[in-house]
Parts: sequence; structure tokens; C-alpha cells
Amino acid sequence: MSIKIKAFGLIAEKMDAREIRVDQTKTTAELKALLHERYPALEKLDFAIAVDRRIVNDNTPLEPGAEVALLPPFSGG
Amino acid sequence: MDRFVRQINLREMGVEGQDRLSNASVLVVGAGGLGCPALLFLAAAGVGKICILDGDRVSVSNLNRQVLYGRKDVGKLKSEVAAQQLSEKYGDSDYHCLPFFLTPENAAEIIEDCDLVLDCTDNFPTRYLINDACVLLGKPFVQGAIFEDEGQIGVFNLPHNDRPACTYRDLYPEPPAGNLIPDCNETGVLGVLPGVIGTLQASEAIKIICKRGEPLAGKIFFLNLYTNESYTLEVSPRPGSSSTIPSDIDELRSRDYGIACRTEVEVSWLTAKKWLESDNSHSVLVDVRNPGERPLMNLPDTLSLPLIDIEKQGGRLEKYDRILFFCKIGQRSLTAVEKMRDLLPDSELYSVEGGVLHPDSPVKATDQWARN
Repeated sequence: MSIKIKAFGLIAEKMDAREIRVDQTKTTAELKALLHERYPALEKLDFAIAVDRRIVNDNTPLEPGAEVALLPPFSGG
Repeated sequence: MDRFVRQINLREMGVEGQDRLSNASVLVVGAGGLGCPALLFLAAAGVGKICILDGDRVSVSNLNRQVLYGRKDVGKLKSEVAAQQLSEKYGDSDYHCLPFFLTPENAAEIIEDCDLVLDCTDNFPTRYLINDACVLLGKPFVQGAIFEDEGQIGVFNLPHNDRPACTYRDLYPEPPAGNLIPDCNETGVLGVLPGVIGTLQASEAIKIICKRGEPLAGKIFFLNLYTNESYTLEVSPRPGSSSTIPSDIDELRSRDYGIACRTEVEVSWLTAKKWLESDNSHSVLVDVRNPGERPLMNLPDTLSLPLIDIEKQGGRLEKYDRILFFCKIGQRSLTAVEKMRDLLPDSELYSVEGGVLHPDSPVKATDQWARN
């Protein structure tokens, strides 16, 4: 199984993609580690993580086929 | 005919909804890209009291998105122009002009006075200050923010149906470190994006006031105008997030949110030195004393432009982005900033505090300046 990842704002810019698929990981922490390895620029950035359109806190298990969103804060106005 | 007849006729609105609007008091923090459209629609809808807080002045580069202002307003205070424009169009609301920035010292007093806050600011320190002050004072707030072609909007500190109230810190517990997130002054922005997001903020405000429809409480909405994609997410209270909020107003007042004081026209010699060293071509030091006035300053790249000639010859300074005036004690240089503001609306103007008699001035601290 793979997971769909949707990226927003500066995260999408650093990943150079708004949507990617990665191999299933067990948790959001594992996924984050995988993303940091693949996109080192993400390590310095703050972003919230949503699983199936719910913001999750800390480490969360990922069900097969989950949709994950990476949401950086915006400051412009 | 009542100017609100079209909205009074709307279902779940009625005279009751209109009365709620006319009795409501809304604070809009930031009268820029988000604030302008939000203010227009709040005023058009008949919100009774609208407080417009912004210490900034209109500059030419604002005009692509800050639609309450025009060419003739460049150099004027945004809150004053906005209040004037709106009172000319819709004289039936009260407009309170607050021509300064929100600070930990003034936030509680200002926010306490209103029912609802719109966060239309352009920086994280003020966003966290609004969040914390609203949580402490029990006021809901509607937040909008933009990045390039994307916008985000959420309603915080408002319980709705079975959803508990959430704060911005449930989404992002702490402000991001340093300047990692560029703002639209750096990345560019089309005016329609803040136009849409600011309008959505007004829409949320009206829903909350009229108790009509589904506000974005406990939710955050992302919109991308480049791809026309939208994404709505649910936020829930984060364990421990309230511990990052000051425990009371006194603690809020004394907390350092790191808000840059952009109305401050006075800078120290040390700051001046830093700026001049970092980008020599765009910053300039201008001596506004009379020719021959002592002590003489022999710094390279310093222009001499006596205060009496400044209005005639000030155009010479147009090519500089940042202009630092100095005199003997820092008084005439303040006058220079005032006099030049209308003439050089696109430049940042500063007065060097204390003038050449200040202990840190290049005259006094010769060693320090000579090393460079």
C-alpha cells in the first residue's frame, strides 16, 4: 500500500510537488523521518500534519491508504 | 428603502440578524491586503462599530491589493484613510481609527472592547499575540493568512455545536523560528488572493455575529487560487497547548512577542552602522545640519543636505531605499523624516537617535567606526 501526501505552501515548494505517493509507513513519525531523508529542507520548517483531514498531534498510526497533508503556517496578509 | 433590504430578506437572517450586525463591534487588526476587503464587506453589511487598527502608511507597492487606497493616499496612515473612505460610503456605522500597531501592552484594552477580532496581520508575532489575548479575554477571532497563491482561514476560540473551541496554538504551538517563512513583500502576491481570503474572513465574521450557517470553528480552510483546489481540515485541542498561553493579562503584557516596531522612526547609531555596512548601495546617511556645523563628520558616503534645503533638494534621495537622517542631537533629523514622508513615500525614513552628540556616534566613537 502507499500513502498519498498533499503538500501546501512552502512545503510544496521545497518538495517541488503538491502531491506525492510514498510507501506505507506505520506512523506519522516514521513518515516524517522518511520525508526528512528525502527532502532535507523540510527539517528546518514547521508544519502541521493532518491524517484524513484531521490535524494530528504527535505520533499517530497510519491506516493503509491514508491521506496525509503537510500544512505550514502562512504569515502574509 | 432600507439599504440592508436584500440581506434582511435572506433566510435565517431577517431583522433579527441585521440588529445583531448593527449592535456588533468588530476589531480588524491590519488594514492591508486582507483588511481592506474585510473592512469593505463588514461596513457594507452594517456592522455597527468597526475598529481599524494599523500603524502603517500607504505605499505605492500596496496598491495592487489594498483596495481601499489609491495613488493620492500614498504616505498617509492606512487606518485614517480606511476610516474616511468607509464613512463616506456607509455613514451609518461607527469607525474607530487606531493608527498604531498591536502590542502586548495595548492588546488587552483594545480587544476587550469588541465582540470579535479579525486577524488580518502580516506577521507571526502579532498572530500569536492576538491568539493569546483573545483566549484570555474570551473573544472569538477569524484568522486569514496568505502565501504566494495560497490562503488559509480559520475561526478560533469559538465552540460550535459539539466541537470545542480551538486556538491557533492547537494548530501551530509555537511561532516558527526566525524568518524561515517569507512574507508577500518577498515572494510576491496578486491582489485577488488577499481579496478572496479577506472577503471570506468578513463572511465568517457575519456568520458568527448573526449565528447563521456553519462557521469555520475548529476547522481550517486552505484555498489555492492557482489550482482552484480547496482543502478543509478539522482541528482539535492539543494536549498541553494552553500551557504556552500566558496565564493572565499581566503575563501577556510582559511577554516579549518579538513584534518589530515599524512606526518607530528613531534608530540607534549601532543599528544605522549595521544597515550601512550590510547594504551600502540602498541605505544612505544624510547630515541635515547646516554647512560647516561642528563637529565635522568625515565619514565616506555621507550626504549633506541641510534641513532648510531639504524640501527643494530632497528628490536627490529618491534612489535610496532606506534613508537615515542625523543632526546634532536628533531633533532636526526627526523633522526631516516628517518633511520627507510625502516626498519619498517608497523609502524607509529614519532619524538617528541622539545625533552626533550621542556617545555611539561616529564622531564620539571614532575608534569603532574607523575600524571599518
